[in-house]
Amino acid sequence: MPKVTIDGHEIEVPKGTTILQAARMIGPHVAPPTMCYYSKLKTSGGYCRTCLVKVTKGSAQNPNPMPKPVASCRTEVMDGMEVQNNTSPDLLEARRGVVEFLLINHPLDCPVCDQAGECHLQDLGYQNGAQKTRYEFKRREFEKIDIGKYVQLHMTRCILCYRCVKTCEQITDNRVHGVVHRGDAAEISTYIQNAIENDFSGNVIDVCPVGALTDKTFRFKSRVWYTKPMDAHRKCENSKCSGKVRLWFKGEQVLRVTARKDQWGEVEDFICNTCRFDKKKKSDWEIEGPSPISHHSVISANHYTSLNQAKIDTLKHQRALGFIPMKKLDDK
Amino acid sequence: MGRKLLLHNQNVPGINTLEVYRTHGGYASVEKALKTMTPDQVTEEVKKSGLRGRGGAGFPTGMKWSFLAKPEGVPRYLVCNADESEPGTFKDRWLMEKIPHALIEGMITSSYALGARLSYIYIRGEYFYVARILENAIKEAYAAGWLGKNILGTDYSLDLSVQVGAGAYICGEETALLESLEGKRGNPRIKPPFPAVAGLWGCPTVVNNVETIAAVVPIVNEGGEAYAKIGVGKSTGTKLISASGHINNPGVYEIELGVPVEEFIFSNEYCGGIRNGKKLKAVVAGGSSVPILPTDLILKTAKGEPRLMTYESLSDGGFQTGTMLGSGGFIVMDEDTSIVKNLYTFARFYHHESCGQCSPCREGTGWMEKILHKILSGKGTLQDVDLLWDIQSKIEGKTICPLGEAAAWPVAAAIRHFRSEFEAYVKNPASIKDVHHYYRLHNLAEA
Ligand SMILES: Cc1cc2nc3c(=O)[nH]c(=O)nc-3n(C[C@H](O)[C@H](O)[C@H](O)COP(=O)(O)O)c2cc1C
Ligand code: SF4
Ligand code: FES
Repeated sequence: MPKVTIDGHEIEVPKGTTILQAARMIGPHVAPPTMCYYSKLKTSGGYCRTCLVKVTKGSAQNPNPMPKPVASCRTEVMDGMEVQNNTSPDLLEARRGVVEFLLINHPLDCPVCDQAGECHLQDLGYQNGAQKTRYEFKRREFEKIDIGKYVQLHMTRCILCYRCVKTCEQITDNRVHGVVHRGDAAEISTYIQNAIENDFSGNVIDVCPVGALTDKTFRFKSRVWYTKPMDAHRKCENSKCSGKVRLWFKGEQVLRVTARKDQWGEVEDFICNTCRFDKKKKSDWEIEGPSPISHHSVISANHYTSLNQAKIDTLKHQRALGFIPMKKLDDK
Repeated sequence: MGRKLLLHNQNVPGINTLEVYRTHGGYASVEKALKTMTPDQVTEEVKKSGLRGRGGAGFPTGMKWSFLAKPEGVPRYLVCNADESEPGTFKDRWLMEKIPHALIEGMITSSYALGARLSYIYIRGEYFYVARILENAIKEAYAAGWLGKNILGTDYSLDLSVQVGAGAYICGEETALLESLEGKRGNPRIKPPFPAVAGLWGCPTVVNNVETIAAVVPIVNEGGEAYAKIGVGKSTGTKLISASGHINNPGVYEIELGVPVEEFIFSNEYCGGIRNGKKLKAVVAGGSSVPILPTDLILKTAKGEPRLMTYESLSDGGFQTGTMLGSGGFIVMDEDTSIVKNLYTFARFYHHESCGQCSPCREGTGWMEKILHKILSGKGTLQDVDLLWDIQSKIEGKTICPLGEAAAWPVAAAIRHFRSEFEAYVKNPASIKDVHHYYRLHNLAEA
C-alpha cells in the first residue's frame, strides 16, 4: 500500500486513493477545501481548483516535485509522495487567488440567501478570502429560473461545480439540464425552461455548494441557524430511497427535509422527492435524535468569532462617538 | 534557399488532385511503409527523425507514438488536429487547401504505424470549405484504393473521416477535441488518463497536428536520419511559419529550422522586412499565446547570440528574456503598434474562448480583459497594472488545460517588457492614440 505524507503527517492508503481522500483520512486540519468534488458522484472534481496542493516529491521512484500545483481531488497518491497543503505559503496564496476568482462574480447576497450558514463558499471566503474585493466591474447576473415545482435556480450564485449535472446523470433516471454557453457566460440551464421532474431531482439542492439551487418549499422560511436538525427515517415506498433524512424543525414544525450529510458536508444517502417535499409532518417520521452537525456549519461551530469581534468593536466605536446611547449596549 | 519537404510542390497546377499529386511522387510513403516496413519500423523512423509536434508544445512525435497503449482487442485511433485557431497561425489551412493529399498520405502512413483502422481529421468549423477540399481528396483516395479495405492488396485497411467542429478555439486542446469528436460539449478532460491510454471513446488515441502528420511522409520516404540532418540540434526538419503583421511579404513559409530570426524577418526570401520602411518594435514568435519579445530580445538572446528559429533558441532565457516557437504563428509589429491595444485584443480572445470549466480561467480571463479595457479608456491606474500582473500569476499553472497559461503569458510578457507603455497610458490618457481602431474593437466586443 502506498505511503503518502501530507503536511508532515504520514499515512498508508489503498492504491488508487486520491490525495484529497488521504488528507481527509488524516483529518480536517489537513484536508484541503473542496467545492466541486463529491465523494458520492463519479467523475466529480477537478473544476473549481480550491483543493489544489503542492506535490514536493512525486514518489519514491521519481522524487521530482510536480511542476504545478495539482487538484488533490483528482490526483492519486504514489508511494513515497510528499504533499504540502496548509504548510506551503505559496500554495495558500494560490488558493486565495482561486477563492477570489470564485467570488468576483458572486453577488454576495448572503443576507437574503437561503444557503447562508451552510454555504461552502461562505466558509471558504471566511477562511481564505480577502477583506475587500479588488473587482470593480459589474458582476455577472442571470434571471432566476424556475425549474419545476420544487427547485429554484438562481444562476447568479452558481460557481459551475457541475455537481448537479452529475447528480442528474447518475442518480436520477433522466437528466434534462446541463451547462450551456461558454466561459464566463456559461450557465446551468434546462435550456428551454424545462422542469426537472423526476423522483430524485430534489437532490440537486443538497449537492449544490452554494445557494444556486434552493428548495422552494423552504424559501425564505427561516435562517438555517434558527432551525433544529433531527435525524429521522420512514419506510419509503420508493425502493431506491433509504428514507433516512434530516428534519429541520422550528418548534414542532418541520420546515424542510434534507438528506443526511457527513462531516464534509456531502450527502450520505440520496433521498426521493416524496420524502423531501411531501412528508413535512412530524408524524410522518420516526425521530432518531439530534443530528451531528459538521464543522462546516455555523450551527455548531462559530466560525464567525472574528466577525462578532468586529461587530463589538464597531459598536464600541460608535458608542465612543456618541451614536449609540450607553444603555442600549449595556442591555445586551 | 532552404530545402522544402512539405510545400515544394505547392505551385504545381492541379497538385490538389490525386492524379497530379501521384505524378509528383505522391503516396510513395504509403507504398514503402505498407509493402516494405512493419508498423514499428515506421515508428522507429519517426523517432530517428527527431520530429517534434507542430501543434505548439513540440513534444517528440516518435515518443508520443511509442506511448500508445496497445491492449488486445481494443481499437486504436489516430486523430488529426486541424482545429488551428490560435491567432496568428494559418499554416495548416494553407497546407490542406493547397496539397490536401499530403495530409491524407500522412494520415495513412501514420495510421499504419499506430495500427489504427479508423482515423479522423477534426477541422475547425470556419474551415468548412477546406473540409470540402479534404472530403473530395478522400473520395479520390478511396476510388484509387489508397483508403478502404486491403490497401495495395495488403491486409491493412483504413477508413478516414473528416469531422467539422463548431468554431471553438478550445476544441484544439486535444482532449476537448476528443470530447467534441464524440459529440459532446468541447470541454478539456481532466488528465490523467492521457489520450494514449484512454482517448477517443475510451480507446488509446494519438492526436497530432496537421503539419506533424504531413511531415511523416518525407520522413518515411527519405528515412528518419536524413530528416534529422536538417535543422539544428533537437530542432530537426522543416517548419511551416505563418508570418503576419507589419511585414512586406506576409504568408506561409517553409523554413529549415535554424534560420536566424533576423534573416527570417528581413530577407526577401521570407518576410521581406518591415512595411513602409518602419522600424521593428516587437514580435510574437509562435502564435498569440507565447510571450511577446521586444526587438533586441527577439533578434539576439540575452547572452548576445543571434536568435534562431528553433525550439531551443527561441526559448533561450526562459520567459524572462525568451519565448517559444509554439505553433509558428509569427506576428511582427512595427514601431507604431500599441502593445497595450494588441494585448487587449488577445485578452478579449482568450476571455471569449475559455470553456468555463475551471474558476481561474473562467473568471480571470474576463477580469483581465476588463482591466485592459479600463486602461484603454483612459481610466487606468498604476495599481491596475500591478493587479493585471497579479491576476495572470494566479491563473498560470492553476488550470485544467493550458488555455489558462495561453491567456496569462501574453499579459505577463507585455508587462514585463513594455511596462513603461502601460504606465504612459495610465499617467497620460491623452496619449492613447488611434482611438478609432480601439472603438471598433470595443463595438465588436459589445455586439
Ligand atoms: C487551448 C489550446 C488550443 C490548441 N489548439 C491547437 C490547434 O488548433 N491545433 C493543434 O494542432 N494543436 C492545438 N493545441 C495543442 C494540442 O493540445 C496538442 O498538443 C496537439 O494537437 C498535439 O499535436 P502535435 O504533437 O502534433 O503537436 C492546442 C492546445 C491548447 C491548450
Ligand atoms: S483552463 Fe480555461 S479552457 Fe482550459 S479547462 Fe479551464 S476554463 Fe476550460
Ligand atoms: S474540489 Fe478539487 S478541483 Fe474542485
